[in-house]
This record gives sequence, C-alpha cells and structure tokens, in this order.
Amino acid sequence: MSVTETEESLALEEQGPSPDALLPEEDRVPAPSGEAEDIPVPPGAPRALLRSLLGPHKARIVVAMVMITVQQAALQVGPLLVSYAIDRGIPALRDHDAGPLIAVTAGYLGCAALATLLQRSFIRLSGVVNQAILLEMRRRIFRHAQALSLDFHERYTSGRIISRATSDVDTVRELLNEGLQELLSVILSVFYISVVLIVMDWRLGLASLASALPIYLFTRGYRRRSQVIFRRSRTAVAQVIVRFTETMNGIRPVQAFRREAANESAFAVSNGQYADSNAQGLLSMARFVATARATANIWITGIVIWGAFLVTQGSLELGVLAAFVLYLRRLFDPVDQVAMFLNSYQSASAALEKIAGLLAHEPSVPEPAEPAELPAKAEGAIPGRTVDFDGVAFSYRTGKQILPRFDLRIPAGQSVAVVGATGAGKSTLAKLLARFYDPSEGQVTLDGVDLRSLPTPELRRGVVMVTQESFLFSGTVAENIAIGRPDATREEIEAAAKAIGAYEFIAELPEGFDTDVRKRGGRISAGQRQLVAFARALLADPAVLILDEATSSLDIPGEQAVQRAMSTVLAGRTAVIIAHRLSTVEIADRVLVMDQGNVVEDGTPADLISGTGRFASLHQAWRESLV
Amino acid sequence: MSTQPQAPSTPRQPPPQHSAIRSLLRLWPYVRQIRWFLFGSTVAALLASLSALVIPLVLKSIVDGPVAHRDTAGLWQQGVLLLVLGLLEAGLFGMRRLLVARPLASVERRMRADLYARLQRLPVSFHDRWASGQLLSRATSDMYTIRLFLAFPLIFLIVNSMVFLTGIGIMFSLDWQLALITVLPAVPLIVLCSWFERRYSAASRLSQDQNGDLATVLEESVLGIRILKSFGRHRTMAARYRAQAELLRETELKKARLLADLWAVIVGLPELALGVSLAVGVVQVAHGSTTAGTLVGFLSTALSLRWPVESLGWLLAYSNEAATATDRFFEVLDARPADAEDEARAASGTPTTEAATSGTASTEQPARDGIRLTGVRFRYPDAPAGSPDLLSGLDLHIRSGETMALVGLTGSGKTTLTALLPRLYEIDSGRITLDGQDIREIPRARLRELVSMAFEEPTLFSASVSENVLMGAPDAPAEALDRALDVAQAQFVRTLPEGVDTQVGEQGLSLSGGQRQRLALARAVVGAPEFLVLDDPLSALDVHTEALVEQALRQVLSDTTALVVAHRPSTVLLADRVALLADGRITAVGTHHELLESSPDYRELMSGERAEDGSLVR
Repeated sequence: MSVTETEESLALEEQGPSPDALLPEEDRVPAPSGEAEDIPVPPGAPRALLRSLLGPHKARIVVAMVMITVQQAALQVGPLLVSYAIDRGIPALRDHDAGPLIAVTAGYLGCAALATLLQRSFIRLSGVVNQAILLEMRRRIFRHAQALSLDFHERYTSGRIISRATSDVDTVRELLNEGLQELLSVILSVFYISVVLIVMDWRLGLASLASALPIYLFTRGYRRRSQVIFRRSRTAVAQVIVRFTETMNGIRPVQAFRREAANESAFAVSNGQYADSNAQGLLSMARFVATARATANIWITGIVIWGAFLVTQGSLELGVLAAFVLYLRRLFDPVDQVAMFLNSYQSASAALEKIAGLLAHEPSVPEPAEPAELPAKAEGAIPGRTVDFDGVAFSYRTGKQILPRFDLRIPAGQSVAVVGATGAGKSTLAKLLARFYDPSEGQVTLDGVDLRSLPTPELRRGVVMVTQESFLFSGTVAENIAIGRPDATREEIEAAAKAIGAYEFIAELPEGFDTDVRKRGGRISAGQRQLVAFARALLADPAVLILDEATSSLDIPGEQAVQRAMSTVLAGRTAVIIAHRLSTVEIADRVLVMDQGNVVEDGTPADLISGTGRFASLHQAWRESLV
Repeated sequence: MSTQPQAPSTPRQPPPQHSAIRSLLRLWPYVRQIRWFLFGSTVAALLASLSALVIPLVLKSIVDGPVAHRDTAGLWQQGVLLLVLGLLEAGLFGMRRLLVARPLASVERRMRADLYARLQRLPVSFHDRWASGQLLSRATSDMYTIRLFLAFPLIFLIVNSMVFLTGIGIMFSLDWQLALITVLPAVPLIVLCSWFERRYSAASRLSQDQNGDLATVLEESVLGIRILKSFGRHRTMAARYRAQAELLRETELKKARLLADLWAVIVGLPELALGVSLAVGVVQVAHGSTTAGTLVGFLSTALSLRWPVESLGWLLAYSNEAATATDRFFEVLDARPADAEDEARAASGTPTTEAATSGTASTEQPARDGIRLTGVRFRYPDAPAGSPDLLSGLDLHIRSGETMALVGLTGSGKTTLTALLPRLYEIDSGRITLDGQDIREIPRARLRELVSMAFEEPTLFSASVSENVLMGAPDAPAEALDRALDVAQAQFVRTLPEGVDTQVGEQGLSLSGGQRQRLALARAVVGAPEFLVLDDPLSALDVHTEALVEQALRQVLSDTTALVVAHRPSTVLLADRVALLADGRITAVGTHHELLESSPDYRELMSGERAEDGSLVR
C-alpha cells in the first residue's frame, strides 16, 4: 500500500469540497438562538387548552364548588351569630331565657363541624381533579412531543421540550394546588360578606362595595405588568434547563476540555435572567399588595367613622355596627390572597401559553386521516416489499433543494447500497423512505401504498431504520432490544442478539440481559450499542430495513457478524444500506452512487467496480486502505 | 420495552433520620448573606400582623367609647388612629415583600449556580450513577420550593407564632376564662402536627424523587427520538411515561389526603372552641361579669388568630417539602469533587504514587519519556463484586513523539483506557506517567491541558464553531483555528451562514455525525497538545474525507505523542506502532505488519479472517 496512491485516486475524485456537498444532510435551517425560536401561540389556544383539560371534570368541579360554597357559608355565619348572640342572646339570658343562646351555640358548633368536614372533602376532591388534569397535561405534552417530526426536534431542542413538561407543568400545578381553592374561597367570602353587609345595612353595605372599583383598577394594572414579567420568566427558565441538560449530557468533554469556567459564566447569564425576572415578579407583587391593602384600610376607616355617626344619630344599632366592623375586616382580608392567586395565575397562564404553543404545533409528518394497510403477503412469498420513489423531490422549508425530482424502484428482496460523499443526499433518501420527512413532491410507496397513508404501527411493520446513533434507554439490555418488538419473548430477544453477534458481550455483563444499561451506560461501548441497535432491528423483522451508517463504530469482526446476519436472517427483505465502509457494499445486490442529490451510477457491485466511474475509484481507495 | 416504571437507578438515600429543622438549618450559609433582609422582612411582617391585632382593639374602643358615649371629638381621634394604623399595616405588608424580592431571587440563583458548578466538577463516575432527570429536578423544582419556603413559610412560621402568642396574651388580658377555652385545642393540634410531619415529609421526598424519574424518562424520550421514530415506539414510551406519571399522581394524592386531614383538624378544632367561648362569653355578659365591648374585642381577636392557626397546616406542609428539597440539594453538594478527593488523599498520607515496579526507576527516566502505563488496574466503581477487573495490570509505553494505535475487540476497554489519561476516571492501582511525571501529581486542569482528546461520540456545545474548536486551547492564535479546521477537513464551516461564528450544538445548527466528528477532531488538535488521545476519530467519515484527514493528521501526529483507538486498518496506518488490548492487558505491540505476521488475534481483528484453529478469538 502507499499513501501517495491513495491520495492520487482521491485527488481525481474530489479536489476540494464544494459548498453544496458540504452542507449537512439533516435539516440545515439555522435556529436563531435566544427567544425567537419559541413557536407562535395561536390566539385563544391557552384558554382552549384549559377548557379541554377541565371539561371532563365538570361534574366534580361543580361538586367541589358547591362544597366550598357551603363551607364558606358555614364559616361566614360566625360573625352573624356573634351579633345575634350579643343583641338577642344577652337580653334573653338576663330574662332567664337560655333558648337563643343554646340555639346560637348549637348553630355555631354545627357550622364549625360542617365547615371542617367540607374543607376535608374539598381538598381530597380537588386533589383528585388537579392530579387528573396534570396527568392529562403531561400525557398530552409527551405524546405530542413524540408525534412531532424530527426537523421540529432539531429546531426546538430537547431542553425546551423538557422545560415545557417539567417547569411549566409545575407552575400550573402550583396554581391548581393552592390558587384555585384560594380564589374560590375569596370570591365566595367576598360575595357572602357583601350580601350580609347589604342586608344588615344597605347604606354601609353599598359604600363598602364601592371599594371594589379602585381595587379592580389596581389589579388590572398589576396583571398587565406581571404578564410580561412571567412570560420572560418562562423563557428564562427554559434557557436554564437547556444549558443544564446540555452540560450534564456532555460531562466528559466538558471536563476533558476544562470547559467548567466558561460554562459557569454562560450558565450565570441564563440563571441571572431567570433570577431577575423572578425578582421583578416579586417586586411588582409587593407594590400591588401595599397599594391594595392601603386602599382597603382607608375604606374601613371611612366606613367605621360613618357607621359610628349613624349609631350616634340612632339610625344604626350598636350590635349591627359591631358585626359590620368584624365583617369589614374579613371583606378586605383576601387582598393578600388575591395577590398571591394573581401571581400563580399569571405565572401559570404564561406556562400554559408555552404549553399550548407546543401542542398547537402540527406535526409536519402527520398520521393519515384515512389509514390504509399494506397488501397481505401471499403464502411463501419473500418477506420484502417493493419500494417506489415516484417523481419524488425534496427541499427544505427554506426552499433549498436537496433532492431534485427522481424516480427509483427497489424490487422486493433487493438490497441496495447507497454511497457518495457527505452531503450527496443519501441520508435524505433514507429519511424519506423511513418517513422521517415527507417528500415535497411525488410519493414514496411500499407495494404501491403511499407511506403517508400508513398508520405508524403498520408503517413500522413495513420500514425500520437503524441509525448511527446509539442511544440506550434506561432499563435492561433486554428491554432495549425489545424496543424492536415489545411483545417479544426472552428467547426471541436472545436469538436476535445471537444472530447479530451481540450475545457474547451481553452474556458477559454482570447480570447478562438483565443488566441495567444506565448503571453502566458509559461502559457499553459505541460498537456494542450499535450491535444492540441491530438486534432491535432484527427483532422488529420489517419488510424493508434501512441502515444509515449503522456500522460506523463496529470493528471488522463485528461488521462481518452483522453482514452474516443480514445475509441469513434478513434474507428476502428489501434493504437500503448507506455506508462509508465499502465492505458493506459488497454484499449488496445493487449499488447507487449519489452526488449532489442525483443518482449518478446504478449497477451491481461487480459492474461498478470493474467500470471507470466514481464507484470504481471509491472502491479502489477503500481496498488500498485495508492493507 | 416494559411499560412498568423502572426501578430508579439513581442512588436513593435512606429517608433522613433527622428532623426537617435540621435539614433546613443547612441552608444557613445561603441564608446568612440575606439575613438582614430576611430579618427586616420578618420584623415588617410581625409589625403588620400586630397592627392587624391592634386594629380590632381600636375598633372595640370606638364602639365602647365614642359611639357608646356619643362623643364625636373622640371618634375623630380614634378614626385618625385607625387610619394611621391601617396605612402602617399596608406599608409594612408591602415592605415585607419588597425587602426580600431581590435577595431571595439571588439565593435561588446562587444555589443553582453552586449546584451546577459542583456537578461540573464531580467525577464522571458520579454522573454515571445519577440519572440526569434527577439532577435537573434538583436544579429547577427543588430550588423553587426552597425559595418559596424562604419567602413565606419561614417568615410566617416566626411571625404567626408570635402573633398567636400575642393574640393569646390579649385574649387572656381581656378574659382569661374565655381565653383558656380557646387555647385548649392547641394540645391535640401539636400532637397531630408532629404525626403529620413524619408522614408528609416521607411522601414529599417520594414525590420529588418520582418527579426526577419522570424528568429522566422525558429526557431520554427526547434524546432518543430518532430510535423511537425508527421503530414507531412512541406509544410504548408514552405508556412508560404515563405509568411513571401515575406513580407520581398516587403520591400527590396521598399528600392531598394527609393535608386534607390536617386542615380539617386545624380549621375545625379552633372553630369549635370559639363556639364554646361565644356561649360562655354571652353568659358572662348577661351576668355582668364582662362588657359587650370586651366580648366583641375578644371574639374579634380570636377570629383574627384564625389565619395564623389555619396557616399552620400550609406552613408545615411547605416546610417539609423544603426540607426534603434541601436534603436532595445537599446530596449533590456533599458529593466530593474530584479535586477534593485528591486533597483528602494527600492529607491522609496515602502515597499518591504506588510503588512503581517497572524496571525503570522514575528518577532515572528521561524528561521526554512519552506516555507510560505501568501495571494499571481499573474497574468501574459500581462494577459488581467478584467481576474481573476491566484492566488488569496493563503495561504500555508510548515513546515521546510516537503515535500508538490501540486495537481490541468491541468492549475490551479501549475507550475506558483513553478516559484514564485525563483522569476522567481514576486508576485503582499502578501508575500512568507523562514524560516521567505521575498524572496524579499533575493538577487536573494542567493535565487536561496537556492531554487533548477527541471522543468517540463527538459532542458540540451551544456556542459558535470557533468557540467549540478553541475550547481545546482558549489562548490559541487565530491561525491555529484555521490550521485545525484544515487538519480536520472541516472547511465546510466557512460555507455555513455565519462562517466560524455560526452557532452550533443543541441551540444552533444541527450538523451531521461526520461534521461533528471533524469539529471534535479540530478541537483536539487546535492547541498543538503534547499528548493527543483520539478515540476512533474517523468512524463517521466517508472514504475521501477520511483519507484527506489522515493525510493532514499525519503532520500533526509527527511531533505529538498520541494514542489512537482504531477499528480499521486505515486508522491503524496513522500510527507508528499498534498495541492489542485483550483481557485487560496489552498482549502484543508492534508495527501493523509485524502484528499481521505474528498475531492471529490481530489478523482476525483487522481482516475478519478467523484464526487458523478456527476458534473465535476473544
């Protein structure tokens, strides 16, 4: 072998990377950093989301509201009874009539007992409702995030989705747990007290209620200000989570490249923005509380003085004024609670906006409206299916064309290797076939059925893709393989591992197939993880298998084991193999050479090797690299 | 995959035996810095609450005095007093919040920053053990719980008990018999609260841990989205997430039930006592032993104590949650960072260098000795007892300036070996020296400056291309960046929208595996490091690019001491010599051709042809 020879053959091939070829194959749409990435929220979406979450619990919510209404009534009767006891009970008792006193006492105790029981039932019932709502919200976010297409995930980033389902849901939980009960009891007690006040003395009553106007105005101003602050806070916390998860997922390079200090200063920025918006939220609430409370106290003083004059003039009973004074304090007590409720409400509605935005985002690769099925296989037919690209073209949303219009037929059972330089469009071809993306034009069909009309389970019985990514989920090795077919038995899982050459290393793990990968996630090497990924695909047993650089980390014996498995276990299946390693190509029936989105060569490996085209030179370079 | 929630792999501490108070006291270092603000806020809240207690007394005196005596002048006097008190109360309420708004936000910020900083410095073996969702939930929801605790429950625990005591005092001064009746239920309340505290704190710890597990499932499902989509398994994953979320719901419902019982008692008992004291009071007024005004004042005071008493349930619940959140926070902060372990080792007098039994005495080694591994043994800290060491007495010498390829079967420990050089993991025994100096004697930061790495999995961070590359050598000149990009054949970055300033990583442009790998390689070589460790650096490259990179890399490797993990002959050919790793040792060292001749294992590894006796080589 000689280095110079390799260089020469390559020099023929490609002098320097052309800009196009170098553009990566995945979605190249740059995601602007900062806040602009947040998806727009359709107007009314947060409200609609809330309605749909509350909807199924209407009956329970009504019962809970009745409970809290009665409970408040029972509690608010207290001062009324006090007034009755003073005005009627005392004179009656002086006349040796204990009747009114006994009635009042019995009434007070009865109300206390009732309020207690209702309080308990209310907390339990609202707990059930709240938790059901949270569960449903989590479920929706999760399912929707899973349904969204890959290009979305690449733009939106994992941290932001995580923040939606954790921090934002927590905020809503806070509102449900404390806020709603507070609000209900506040509204009700204000209502009761107002009614009682008007009944006791309509002049004083109406005067007291007039305080609602200034307080309402303050509240509105506060709401407006805090809405802005809380939106900022939600965006900031998402940023904190994005930074945090990125660091923890890349802790090895972080430490190896002494990135700690730089990360800390970057984290400090997001962390500081979050702290800042929190502080602003607290400050604006403090101002609101002080203003509202001051208004209330001025009002009380005015009413008391007026009431005292009325008593002096003899147009008001002393007992009524006493009761009035007690009720008045209570009327304004909730000002603080209202502020706290508003606080959680604003925070939660900012979170709901973000969640609603995520949920309103339509998957660009939707489930079919009218699901079709793949035609049944005739007895004894090969398991593979025919793939057709019919006038398919693909461009990114930005309009940049990746694959110009083309037709391609892969007959059932054929294995096709796709080679070409980075950026030639190989991965895009694979992703269209796996329906990670939908074509911009034309259709991809499996035995004549458009992929877009196949529901997910049917689609994945048809097509499965093994990527070069080798992520393992927490759980055992067996469970990770069983992702290929969740109902597989242990024997089937082990058989798949054996067929792919993964059995030995798994059996040598401390607990064999039951070893928890998370405990040793860092230990299962990249090559071994790729073998697990293959075992998954084997277990899934699809009609069409796509391998996207799925052997890049395997050593040669490992790759050969995979090839043996493919020629035996996967015989008769349609296969599309994208590989840098030309060793993989030799087992294919057919080779496609791609360049800048076009298929430039198409033939059997033998034909292409003996020819003079790109493949021949590629192959030459590869042979020489071997020894 | 099973839809059953997984047993959490994260180490769970046994439920803390100490009380919530002891957990919360650990927050002192953070609270200390804002103690005057907290103190001011507490005083404001206290004064506000006291003025709320005094206001009913003023009301009483208005009813009993000016109103009863038709005294208009006195009414104005009292009215002004009432107004002043009211405004004071409002001002104090506002002050209480204003004082702590920024300090509290900054406590949360500092705690989160400390947690983040500590996590970055904890050894990789710590991160292996902890699910990332558990770490995330500590940095977000736990931190929020603690801030909320400092903002309200902490202050109100103090304020409300003082208000309560003052209120009781006032009530006793008004009418001791009625006061006694009202206070009596406090005894069962205290008993109940301590019972409640134990159960609630266990439940809230469980719920916080379950929240972390939920975050873990979520995070994995997002990170592994391509696999889930490839196999159409999002339903399976959704079922798993749901099962985990349902566990959390059960715990939350249990908390709600506990809270419901507590609230019922806390609300009910004082109300009942109040009912009794009302009856007794009426009797007393009727008998003339007390005045109507006193009774009104008494009941008014008692009613204004309702909130301090009722809030007890809420405050206790919150304090318990904050205590368990604090425990969780300190579980991470108590873990010792790698550097602290070194110091501890040094302090305890354990020799950092174990007897090097190699033939060459360390003192006699020449200054440029290259990388020398002597009798290196290593097993992962959580490897089950009884399993063999992953590396069992490994010897390897890479001469200064030499490039050594490391080959071995998948899973033989090649990647592990590379992680030992920059001390991402610590060796159990033996020694590793760089130019004769034991790596345990080199400060970590310096060591990692000396040893530059390219990982098997190329990770880019949310930063510009140039920042990502220059991470390997922050002070490198601009030409170094260009040179490194050229070596790695990463010229494609110049065609990106903003060239080398384009944002990449999680929050930027997503690049293909091959592109990421090239940038990771550029990062490794940018600082012209003395020692270079490359883990299968060309796996994701196509044949052309691979050849171009190899050609350029040769220049870099010619004057660098390098260890290159290789799976392919093409990569092996970058090296001067090859070492074969098997069964935890280096079993053969030589040039590629020598080993092809002499080692059947090597031949099989490189060509896939089986050894002559037909046995599968292990």
